[in-house]
Amino acid sequence: MNINLTLIAQLVSFAVFVWFTMRFVWPPLVQAMDERKAKIADGLAAAERGAHEQELAEKRAAETIVQAKQQAAEIKANAEKQASMIVEEAKNKAQEEGSRQLAAAQAEIEQETNKAREQLRSKVAELAVAGAEKILRKEIDANAHKDIVDAVAQQI
Amino acid sequence: MAGSEVTSSQYIQHHLTNWTYGLNPETGEWGFAHSAQEAAAMGFNAIHVDSMMWSIGLIVIAMIFFRGAAKKASAETPTGFQNFVEMIVDFVDDAVRGSFTSKNNMVAPLALTIFVWVFLMNLMDLIPVDLVPWIAGQIGYYVFGVDPHHVYMKIVPSTDPNVTFAMAIGVFFLILFYSIKIKGVGGFVGELTGMPFQTNNMLLKPFTTVINLVLEGVNLIAKPISLSLRLFGNMYAGEMIFILIALMYSAGWVMGIFGGTLQFVWAVFHILVITLQAFIFMTLTIVYLDMAHADHH
Repeated sequence: MNINLTLIAQLVSFAVFVWFTMRFVWPPLVQAMDERKAKIADGLAAAERGAHEQELAEKRAAETIVQAKQQAAEIKANAEKQASMIVEEAKNKAQEEGSRQLAAAQAEIEQETNKAREQLRSKVAELAVAGAEKILRKEIDANAHKDIVDAVAQQI
Repeated sequence: MAGSEVTSSQYIQHHLTNWTYGLNPETGEWGFAHSAQEAAAMGFNAIHVDSMMWSIGLIVIAMIFFRGAAKKASAETPTGFQNFVEMIVDFVDDAVRGSFTSKNNMVAPLALTIFVWVFLMNLMDLIPVDLVPWIAGQIGYYVFGVDPHHVYMKIVPSTDPNVTFAMAIGVFFLILFYSIKIKGVGGFVGELTGMPFQTNNMLLKPFTTVINLVLEGVNLIAKPISLSLRLFGNMYAGEMIFILIALMYSAGWVMGIFGGTLQFVWAVFHILVITLQAFIFMTLTIVYLDMAHADHH
């Protein structure tokens, strides 16, 4: 309870410890803490930037998707058009081919018919001549009446 | 320490006496005081070895830890003890930012030193009152051959008014220094004499000057005194109650259990007092220094 030299000694040590704190303890700690604060702020800013960039990228991606869809639809429409064109063409070709073949067949048939008719005609002429020969053998010379027979065969 | 031949008042007296080294006026030699009377007789030419030892020991340990943390401090993620130190630094820094409006690089370290030191010195109050004095008594008896009743050991430095007054006077010097540095001698004197009563009447001027000087002088002196006496009073009273509770242990086992419960409750309550007193001392220091830096009231 006595006031004595302790007071002076404590005063001196108080000054020494305050000086020590001021010189060796406080500045490095506060500096480190400030640095960390700045670092954290930077980190947060970077994160925000990243988020912003991601947003942009997402927007870009969405745009690209829309574009791609449009392109795809275009391509599909083109393809469909082309397909229908091809089908149409094929149809036309087939029709053409069909009618061509039909015409050829008809021509052939006609040819055959004509041929047959020709044969038949010649056969008939022959038969007629043969018949007439048989009939006229006895009375007419074949060569003499050939004109008449031919005329008859022509009429058939 | 409570031997059968020791009375309660002797026990209390023993606990309230510092381990004193000083100039014995009777023999004219420097030495340790063997009793409270001898210590008192030494007057100013004495030093409280226990106060010095515990207070400086505590702050040196704290400084070693803080210096270690300061050396390792980096902007990387802090861990463990580093975190703890930074929490305290941040807490003090916030308090300084909140109360101190001028710019001065010495206020925050000062506040940190005061807070940590006062807190640690107060913390010694939570160590059971008899433990360290008893150990010191045993050491004194077996190592140095001294009567354990003559070994004094007060382990709570903030119950020594020398310690609290030394801090408060240190702060007071800083108040004076910065008042004069910021406002100049004329400004500081003007502040002490020109307020609160102001007059332009030349006849009245001497009277108001004297009255103002008395009022402001009291105001100024009250700062270190209230600062130190508040801390000293709180810790001294707390210590006293611990001692009184400790007396119950020698009054039978019922009182012993009751005393044990009381000691626990009081110690828990004291945790608050310890922190609060350290905080108040720090905050008032900051506020006083802020007032010293302010150019007008």
